[in-house]
This record gives sequence, structure tokens and C-alpha cells, in this order.
Amino acid sequence: METVETQDVTVNDLPWKIQYDTERCTRCGNCVATCTFQAIEAVVERRSVTISTGNQPEPINKHSAVLVIKQKNSIAHACTGCGMCEKTCPNQAIKPVRNQDSRFNLLARKGGAPIKKGGRTNLNSGRTLDKIIVGRISQMTDPALDSERHTFDILAPFGRVLPASEIPLTVTNGEINLAGKLPPVNWIYPVIFSDMSIGALSTRAWEAISLATAYLNEQYNMPVRMCSGEGGMPVKLLESEQLKYMILQIASGHFGWNRIVKAIPKMKVDPAGVLIKIGQGAKPGDGGLLPAAKVASHVQAIRGVPKADLMSPPNHQGLYSIEESVQKMFLSMNAAFKFRVPVAIKCAASATSVSVYNNLLRDPYRICGGFFLDGIQGGTGAANEVSLDNTGHPIVSKTRECYLSAVKQGRQGQIPLWSGGGVGLTGNAAADAFKMICLGANGVFIGKLLIQLMGCIGNEQGRCNSCYTGKCPAGICTQDPRLVQRLDIDKAAQNIVEYMLALDSELKKLMAPIGNSSVPVGRSDALVTTDKAIADKLAIQYVC
Amino acid sequence: MCRIGAIKSKEFIHPSAALHLMLPQQEGHDNSGFAMVMQDLGGVFSGHKDKPLLSLACTQKGAKIVEDYMESNNFVQLAEWIPRGVKNAKLDIQAMPYYIFRNYDYPEHYSDASQETKESLLLDTRLALRELLEKNQQGYVYSFWPDVLTLKEIGDPRDIATYFKLWDDNGALMAKNVVVQCRQNTNYDIVRYAAHPFFIQGYTLCANGENTFYTKNTEYQKSLHRGYIGFESDSQNFLYTLHYVLHQLKWPIKYYKHVITPLPFNEIETRADKAELTAIRQSLGHLEINGPNTIIAMLPSGDMMTCCDSKKLRPVVVGKDDTMVAIASEVCGLNAILPNRNQELDIYPNEREVVVINEALEVERWKQ
Repeated sequence: METVETQDVTVNDLPWKIQYDTERCTRCGNCVATCTFQAIEAVVERRSVTISTGNQPEPINKHSAVLVIKQKNSIAHACTGCGMCEKTCPNQAIKPVRNQDSRFNLLARKGGAPIKKGGRTNLNSGRTLDKIIVGRISQMTDPALDSERHTFDILAPFGRVLPASEIPLTVTNGEINLAGKLPPVNWIYPVIFSDMSIGALSTRAWEAISLATAYLNEQYNMPVRMCSGEGGMPVKLLESEQLKYMILQIASGHFGWNRIVKAIPKMKVDPAGVLIKIGQGAKPGDGGLLPAAKVASHVQAIRGVPKADLMSPPNHQGLYSIEESVQKMFLSMNAAFKFRVPVAIKCAASATSVSVYNNLLRDPYRICGGFFLDGIQGGTGAANEVSLDNTGHPIVSKTRECYLSAVKQGRQGQIPLWSGGGVGLTGNAAADAFKMICLGANGVFIGKLLIQLMGCIGNEQGRCNSCYTGKCPAGICTQDPRLVQRLDIDKAAQNIVEYMLALDSELKKLMAPIGNSSVPVGRSDALVTTDKAIADKLAIQYVC
Repeated sequence: MCRIGAIKSKEFIHPSAALHLMLPQQEGHDNSGFAMVMQDLGGVFSGHKDKPLLSLACTQKGAKIVEDYMESNNFVQLAEWIPRGVKNAKLDIQAMPYYIFRNYDYPEHYSDASQETKESLLLDTRLALRELLEKNQQGYVYSFWPDVLTLKEIGDPRDIATYFKLWDDNGALMAKNVVVQCRQNTNYDIVRYAAHPFFIQGYTLCANGENTFYTKNTEYQKSLHRGYIGFESDSQNFLYTLHYVLHQLKWPIKYYKHVITPLPFNEIETRADKAELTAIRQSLGHLEINGPNTIIAMLPSGDMMTCCDSKKLRPVVVGKDDTMVAIASEVCGLNAILPNRNQELDIYPNEREVVVINEALEVERWKQ
């Protein structure tokens, strides 16, 4: 027997332990085959048993070799708790169990590299949105609406809105006529499918979201828009009619824009918008990260890069001031589509968000078409764990502060506010969206929720969260062709469509009781909270 | 629910006509106050129709504050009507010590001033008086405008009328246009400023309803104009938006309806003027009203206007004969003052309709 050293990694050092029942196991091998992390293996163990088979006790010691499933005691192959073994086991013989005694954080920095992680936030200290309820219900003084019978106008602006006094118009014979061009504004569904790139997502997963987007538009007349993420788009889609459902993203890596720019002359329709990504709520200031493991040949082709770790810089190179950013980025992105396509900006929520928003509101070019604020509870494909766990800013109060800052200047609504990063964290995106809208957001964006709808089993308590490894057991955040095959595109798209239809009904169920048929942006009077600190911070009614 | 009403007449009418219009509409504990704005005045003020008329209720100290302010700002007092209230303990009225209705001439250096400059002066004077009276809790100033008189009080409308002798037609207080309402705002604080009709720079408005977009309307209006203050009632939003659209933006009246109850986006898409309607809806989204309501407005020209919310959740009816048009929440009011009109010509505006009555009592109606 080998010597055991105290520093040796054991299964009890890992975040998840495999609970395995030899008696129930039929040795079918499903669990080993499905485990993308190679956390378990089939081994032969020596067993010693005493048996007695006769009428009288005649104990015999018997030694036998038994085939069993065993967890590897390896950091590199640590079980992530994804539960695919349990899912595929026909006999309920195996499952991962969370290990309270994990020493993973102490052991996983081997080689001097920071711990990487995908997906989740660790800010689980109670959600503000869960402490807010819709407390202003139409009773007697005004009638509530009927969510089934009345019609609702559920749309939000994407684009720069001018104050009425600045609309270029002439009045003749009792009619007003536009006498000039307005900045482009698209009225879209107030829930945007957030930016997750081809690369972060498998081609199948990305395709499923775009399928769901098109289906919602064309079959259900829900003008949902999808943001491409920073990773380019298939040329076929760029040159198709369905481009109008897409918001093109440009981030600091400019990945994919070579193809997009080349496709511009061939575009049949304009995209729905352009989103300049400055930062991401889950890992503000840390830049994008696509590990080499996920840079498959098609990702290399779309992005025009070799197989290597792809890191988007934490800032846009060459821009050192917000004024310059407005001048260069907004103007050039606007000019690229001849000022027909609104250009918005996405920033990580931060203590400085209000300053940024104020600055954009006051820009004399009237050129920023949306302020996307991304909170700490948003997801990410890959990040350094230190960033995920320790940087970021909650989205609720920051959205409210931005809105109230605009109110103070009489500029609310001029640069639409879109909030994300934790919307739908508990699976109930409609209520989250409604509350954010009442606090001043024009709409919200969701990302992590979409991959969860497609089959991602990751959660906020550290389950799986392995998007960065390229070994996604659901075939969503991977480029491994065998794993990608696991994702049923149609089923994934259907799940998203059905969720959005339910979300639409749920939004109406919340709008109807407060008597509103159009989106109640800034109706903070509709919200109450039993938490005094939240009431004070958000300027909503405290109730008890 | 507030019952609201208005009368526009070719001949001068007495406030009792407004009371007859309103009282049959009472339901339950509805009648809790009386408020009216009269425009195009006859009687004691007929000689000074181009001179601003101050309407206020105050204490003795308040009256002194106002006198001092007006004098120090070079306004010259002209005609005056000071009602001597009927003191009777049985009357249901929370009367103020003084009610002052007084014409002033403009300060001398305003003799060549433009209309716009004079309008600003009148607004600023009213706002300054309001601030002075409010600070010292000495009274309420309702309007300061040529040919416009406002009376508001808390109590039973019948008793308020008795107190002010409004039942007696002695010819002192006459007008061709009256906008009236018989309810204090019983939903919120009982404040005289919360009673409709509301007034700003020649625009008068009363509303029956609940503005569920009160918060977002108010937050937006506060930064639009210095005169948009108070917000004691959620119906003031309707007035300020009317003033903003017509007076500040100088848009034609038909766009008011497009601002407060915009067409659904899919309807806008089918319209020839979709570019304009979309621009309006997106720029003035914070002035949209949602919830049940009916509006009656009187414009500086004397034209009257009525329209409803986009779901027609609150009623209104317009009836007329040869000399008079009346607007009321309920038809029983019209029956009281226009019993011989042709009822088949009564108009019940729908959720997309606007009705305007001009000086010649011609009724114009259109769908938004």
C-alpha cells in the first residue's frame, strides 16, 4: 500500500462528494460516460466478506474483486455537483452531495493561477426585489383592469428620446408635422435576451435563443430582441430578414466585427440596435474571457482569431474619457448604419453609474440610445473567482438612483434605462421586471435565466458553474461537438418561448391590479416594502 | 367620484345655474364642497374685462399681506366684490374670514408690455402671493387673470351657496362660462387647493377620476414649468399637461388627447401621421394618464373641451339648446337646467373622442 501523506488531496477536500450505492449499481457505465468532468471512474476494488450458506454456521472468508464507481481525489477532476450521473443512472445508485468540509479554495490555486468560475454570483444575502411587493392595488376609487380582457401596450424604447420641446416640427392648419430627423428609436418588448456570445455559448444554444426570438416575434407578435454578445454572428443571419430582431454587440475585443462590417452592404434590414459593452456586472473591470478550450474552429472563424485564450481588455483601448467615447464610439457606430440604428451602452453597475448616466444625458449630440446597467447578480461565461465574489454593485438601488437623477433634471425617459444582472434570479422574471420598471427602468435584460431554461443546471450555490471549462454537461456553454449534441435545439427554444408567454401573462397580472394598460415606468407609488432601509433608499412606501 | 360640470352660454348666467346643474348629480356622501371658475364676466366686473382679477380666501392678516404685496409691486386696485357671508351656525361651511375678488390695473411700466410678459407677471404674482399666504398660513389664492373668477369652499354646496348668497340672482356675479365641481377631495387631505377646477394662465380644468400615473406625471411636470406646483390633487396633472401642450409647446388642441391617452402602438402604425404620433408618445410618455377619468377644460379663448380616459371608465354627457351648452358627469344635471333640449342630440363622448364647444356654441367633435 502506498504511503498516504497529509497533504494529499482526498475526496473530502472537494466541494462535492459522490454518494454511491454498490448494491443498487448495475455497472451500466452511464454515469462515467456522462460525466464531462471525469470526476468518477470505474475501478475494481478488493472486497472481503464472511459468508455462511449451510444449515449450520460454517463461516468462510471470501475475497472478491468488485467493479465499482469511484470518485477521483483530484482538484482537476473535482465533481461540480452537476448531477448528470444521477440523471442518467437507471437505478438511483449515484448522486453528488455537497461537502461542508470542502478545502477546495485552499487547494485550487495550484500553479499560482487564480480560481476561475463560470455563471454565478455569490451575493446571496437576500434579494432586495424579494422584499418589495406591489402594494398599491386599485380598489373602489379606481377600477382594476382585467388582465384577460383589456388590451395592454407592453413596449419599451430603445433609442434616444428627445424632449418634446426639441422635436423638430411645424404647425400648419391644426396639424403638426415633423420637420426634421429624430434619433432612431425602436419600441421593443421590455425584456431583452441579453448578450451571450457564440463562443461562450455553443452554436446550438445560441441558435436556440435566436430561434425563440424569431418565433416570439413571428408567431406571437412579441417584439423581443436578442443581443448577439461579443462574438460575431453567422453571416447567414447577418444577411437575413431576421437581423431586425438582433442587437449587435461591440465590446473591447471587437470580436466578430470584421465579418459584421463586411456584411453591412449585404444586409437586407437594419439590426434592432447596437450595444457597446463597457463592462459586465458579474465581473466589472475584469474584461471578457473565453478560455482556449472553448475556441473551437468555428469560433476562430467567426472571430478571426487563433486558438488561444481570448481576453477582451477591461476597457476600450484608445478611449480615455467619456467625451471621447461619445465622440468616437457612438458617432462611428451610428454612422456605420447611417444613423438609422440606435446605439446604446452597457456598463457594470458601479458607485459611479449616476455620473456616467448624467454625463450621457447631458451630451449635446443626443446620441446615446440606452443605458444598460448590469448588476452584480448577473452571470458570466468565465471569470476569475476573485472578481465574481468580490466586485460589483447591486442593480436595484443603482437603477433607482439613475432614474431619480434624471427626474431631478427633467430628463427621465430620454436615455432609456435597461437593467439586468439578477433579474429572474429566482426564476420569476416577470415580477422582477415589473418592480424594476416601477422603480424607473424602461425594461430589463435576462441572460442566465435563458440558459437555465435551456437545461443548464447551474445554480447560485456553486452547483456546476463550469461554463469556463468547455465541459458543460448540458451542451450549452461548450464547443465540444459531442457535448453540443446533448442540447435539443427545438426543445430549448420551446422552453424559452413558453416561459416568455407566461412572463407576458404575468406582467399583465401585475399591471392590471394597479390599473395600468401601458408600462408603468417610474410608478414607485405602486411598490411597498416591509424593510425600512429599502424604503428609505428607494423612496418607496414603508409598510408593516 | 367627483361629479363635474360646465356651462357655456350666449347670455350671462348666474352661479345658481351651476348649482342646479350639479346638485341632482349628488350620490351618497359625494357633495363635500363647492368650487367654480367663471370666465367672461358680467356684473360688477364687466367694466374691467381686460384687467386681472384676483380671487382669494384669507384671514385679515392675509388680506393685509396681499394688499401690501400688490401695492409694493405697483398694481392699482380697480373694482372689487367682497361677499358678506351669511353667518349661520347651522350652515355646513368651513368659511374663511375674508373672500376677496378684486380687479387690478397692471403696473404702469407694463403698459407697453407684450401679452407674454403680462401673462408671466400674472402667474408670478399669483405664485408669490400663494407662497406668502402659505408661509404664514393666512389664506389661499386661486386665480389672478383677466375676466376670470374662482370661488372654492369646503362644506355642503347648498349651504356654501346660501353663505355666498349664490341663490339670489342680484346681477352682481354673472358670467357666460362656468366650470364647476361639488366635492372636496375626500380621498386625500381636505385642502382648498385640492378642489377642482384648477387654474393656470387662462386654462381651467376639472376632472373626475383617479390618475394612476400621478407620481410619474408629477415627477415630470415639476421640472417643466415654474407654475406646475401644488399637486394636492392627482387631477392637477391634467391641467398642467393641457397648459404645457397648448401654451408652452403651442401644439393644436387635438394633440392633447394624443399626449394623455396615446393610441396603442399598433394603431399608431396604421396612421398616416404615425411619425408625429410616435414622436409625441415617446417624448411625452411621462405625461400619459392611466386610470379612469373624464376631463372638462376651459381655454383662454373661452372654448370648452371634454374627453375621457382611453377605456371609457368614467361618464360625461354634453347637451345643448339655442343659447346654452352644458357638460355634466350625469345626464340628470342636464335635465335640470336644459329640460327642453332635444335629448337625442346629447353627446356621450367615447374613449377616443374629443368634444370642443366654441364661442358660437358650435360643437366640434373628432376621434383622436
